[in-house]
Amino acid sequence: MRVLAVLQRDLVCQQVVEMVTAYLEDALSRSERRRLEKHLSGCPLCTEYLAQIRETIRLAGRLTPEDLTPDMRSDLTEVYRRWRTEG
Amino acid sequence: MFSPRPAVAAGGTLPAMGSDVELLRRLRAGDERAFVTLVERYNGSMLRLAASFVPSRAVAEEVVQETWLAMLRGLATFEGRSSLKTWLFTILVNRARSTGVRESRTVPVADAGPVVDASRFGPDGAWVLPPEHWIEEAESRVDAVKLNELLRSALDGLPPRQREVVLLRDVEELTSAEVCGVLSISEANQRVLLHRGRGKLRQVLEAELGGGPR
Repeated sequence: MRVLAVLQRDLVCQQVVEMVTAYLEDALSRSERRRLEKHLSGCPLCTEYLAQIRETIRLAGRLTPEDLTPDMRSDLTEVYRRWRTEG
Repeated sequence: MFSPRPAVAAGGTLPAMGSDVELLRRLRAGDERAFVTLVERYNGSMLRLAASFVPSRAVAEEVVQETWLAMLRGLATFEGRSSLKTWLFTILVNRARSTGVRESRTVPVADAGPVVDASRFGPDGAWVLPPEHWIEEAESRVDAVKLNELLRSALDGLPPRQREVVLLRDVEELTSAEVCGVLSISEANQRVLLHRGRGKLRQVLEAELGGGPR
């Protein structure tokens, strides 16, 4: 059962970091997910890496866009008023 | 003329005051203030996204204006199958692509290469230069303004396709299905772009906060 042996081989850290997004996106197969979680449960370094990716996502979520300038506001109000007069 | 449709959100409750559904209802009833509120809510995000597709700030502003006009013209036929935000982004991306010089409709190819440099692993694939622990300290060691600046410029430095996906997923917090719809890309493609983009942002944070090659 050579194929099975390959499937069950333990993941190494270098593979794990490349699977992190698929893991967070829930896009891994059940067996891949199991192997990944098995690795994580015994590897504080990859667990740290995963935590850093989560932190990166959280920090990105705080980035606010620039505020509306008075010029843009009046331009867009103009767009609205022109649209109102359209047939 | 369009007829205002009953603004009842899923679950049968009335939409919250100031929600997009409520604003859409008011907009359809001809309320200019509802339009201004929407503009205040989304114009900045739209500009940021548009900038990824077109070569200049002026063109980005133009594309965003065209998008607002297209939204107004589409109000009568918008069925609300997607959220208003997703609809706006979809119009924007289509406009930007037809205007944009940088982007084309070809299928994106992510840059190859690992998200963590191979030199940080040993021959057995285990870490030799592991990530240091900094996450809880990120915000105490670097002030929030600086941290945001750092991330903002890291985001600007990403290849456009990665930037678009990270912007929509992690900054605007759209779902992966919404992002695939807005950008017309496959789930698999979205995931690869997101993976590369997030990986690079993490590297930038790491370089600032500790660990990794200096």
